[in-house]
Amino acid sequence: MKVALFIPCYIDQFYPNVGIATLQLLEKLGVEVAFPMKQTCCGQPMANSGCEQDSKGVYAHFVDTFAEFDYIVTPSGSCTYHIKKHYDIIEQTPAVQKVRKSVYELVDFIENVLKIEEIPVDFPHKVGLHLSCHGQRGLRQANASEITGVRDGQISKLLRKLKGIELTELDRNDECCGFGGTFCVAEEAVSARMGKDRIADHLRNGTKVLTGGDVSCLMHLEGIVKRQNAPIKVMHIAEILNGNQP
Amino acid sequence: MNHQNHPELAEAFNKDFERTTWHDETLWFVRQKRDKAVYPIPEFQDLRTLASEIKDHTLSNLDNYLIEFEQNAIKNGVKVHWAADAAEHNQIVMDIIKSSCKVDGRNTRMVKSKSMLTEECHLNGFLQKNNIDVVDTDLGERIIQFRDEPPSHIVMPAIHLKKEDVGETFHEHLGTTKGEKDPQILTEAARQHLREKFIAADVALTGVNFAIAETGSFVVCTNEGNADLGVNLAKVHIASMGIEKIIPKLHHLSVYTRLLARSATGQPITTYTSHFTKPAEGKEMHIVIVDNGRTQQLGRADFRNSLKCIRCGACMNTCPVYRRSGGHSYDFTVPGPIGAILSPNIDLHKHKSLPFASTLCGSCSDVCPVKIDIHVQLYKWRQIVGQQNELPATKKWGMKGLAKVLSMPKVYDLGGKLARGALRVLPHGLTHNQSMNPWAKARELPDAPKQSFKEWYEENRK
Repeated sequence: MKVALFIPCYIDQFYPNVGIATLQLLEKLGVEVAFPMKQTCCGQPMANSGCEQDSKGVYAHFVDTFAEFDYIVTPSGSCTYHIKKHYDIIEQTPAVQKVRKSVYELVDFIENVLKIEEIPVDFPHKVGLHLSCHGQRGLRQANASEITGVRDGQISKLLRKLKGIELTELDRNDECCGFGGTFCVAEEAVSARMGKDRIADHLRNGTKVLTGGDVSCLMHLEGIVKRQNAPIKVMHIAEILNGNQP
Repeated sequence: MNHQNHPELAEAFNKDFERTTWHDETLWFVRQKRDKAVYPIPEFQDLRTLASEIKDHTLSNLDNYLIEFEQNAIKNGVKVHWAADAAEHNQIVMDIIKSSCKVDGRNTRMVKSKSMLTEECHLNGFLQKNNIDVVDTDLGERIIQFRDEPPSHIVMPAIHLKKEDVGETFHEHLGTTKGEKDPQILTEAARQHLREKFIAADVALTGVNFAIAETGSFVVCTNEGNADLGVNLAKVHIASMGIEKIIPKLHHLSVYTRLLARSATGQPITTYTSHFTKPAEGKEMHIVIVDNGRTQQLGRADFRNSLKCIRCGACMNTCPVYRRSGGHSYDFTVPGPIGAILSPNIDLHKHKSLPFASTLCGSCSDVCPVKIDIHVQLYKWRQIVGQQNELPATKKWGMKGLAKVLSMPKVYDLGGKLARGALRVLPHGLTHNQSMNPWAKARELPDAPKQSFKEWYEENRK
């Protein structure tokens, strides 16, 4: 089983610790991981801005970088969704089809490929889980409140089994944080307001550590936490599962 | 010329923090009512699928079903009219009124129950100019008619107003006590006012929720009974419908009535579900079937299924952007996510900011009772906006530049290193300058680390 690690551009540049935690976690779980050095980005920033034609070169580079691997694992539901869903505008060569099929969000890979249901980590903190929309509704990694009242999903399944953890029960379990790629600056007022409302929900219900499967949502939410000096520590799910402490 | 785009209007809306909170919570309350009505129905997801498939079939055979509907309606004694666009629709309505309602020495009086199509056609203004008095009889519609505002929601047209605002409006127009804000007293004032209008009306206009090809009859859903009051008292009934309102058979109707009110307001069914088949003795019934851009949308493979919409408004109630920007920020008859995929079909240049008024969270698609893939269509409209050169120049060239950098690993690595270096040394006041960096208005930038992940990997693992 040849497994490659894909560290999305903004994680590479701004959140290297999330990349390190992902790599260490996968290695602890017995996976031999390759990291192709020529990787850059999945192409989503341009595509969501209405410029997917400009992204074709980035798509081609991504496929070229990762086509030789059986699995491509990444700590981002959003990038995974983009590759699976939106790489349909380039020629569907065997390599493109293989890459679209092989890319996995980290927790999905742990649960459904490695078949690991529990990770032995102590995490005695009150944790609020932010569901990223692309992971939740895009990849169907968690139930959507439009469909059912049962709140469950891949990340919460793993989190619940950590020793000492308490999960926050939010008023709105799956409301978008308002990041939305270039939306965060193009629609700054609404984006910021959505983020503030998410943080208020977490504060109201006692979150001390805020986590999620997508650094993009967390970067936006952390930006608000820091501006407000709110007593919340933001960590990516890979960091928690790797045994890092707040 | 003075057209403002969605971000500008949304920013203005957000200036009032408390009111934005109130608007968001009011709409979220409706979304939660919807959830409570939906969760106990075990077959709700199957109903959505069925409703979507019936509409798929109907849209693929729309020409035949429209003709079948017309033939059966004519057999029932209804007069059927066809309008290619809004202007034709309005002219037809006026011609019907002029020929069927002879009144001397005064304006013709029309009572209208809620119809988004007539909003779309701007019928009221047209008729008023031609000496026809139009009174909207849905309470919310009447409130915004007094205030000369467009609806901000397709089911709850005055949802942007608080009871204090309504009290103010009624004080001005209906003479209620200044400062009165008791909903019961205000509603009673509206009821008395509207009863007079119903009794005096010459003609009643309604929308159409569903038109049944098999029977030639149509169905109007209201909660206030105002459609029935209007139609049963006036001599002439005009019903305006878009071509997409057709369903093939009567037994398909219950699929939609079960979905419509639950999705819209969390009710099991609307208070009134009125079936109209033929005119009463001595009265006239007309149906105006309107295209107004719908066949063009039907011809767009990626967007045709937006015509499945049954106008429940659930996508607005669920949309975190709509709830925090208000219906008027969309500046289109149908606001919210569904409006953002319908409007570019009508005028791409004017409405080019709407497909971007979304985080693509996908909640709209999951809540839609007829399974329109709204967020997928938003993404696709964005590409068309890009291809038609309607993006702001900074975005267009910025994205082209970014795409180049991201397809050249060495340039990307170096660019990232330089950017991080700059972020680390530049003063906070400069990196967080709010006029240059919108991100920084409400948020801190992430700390720029010394090493990227790649640099760490190279140093520690190679």
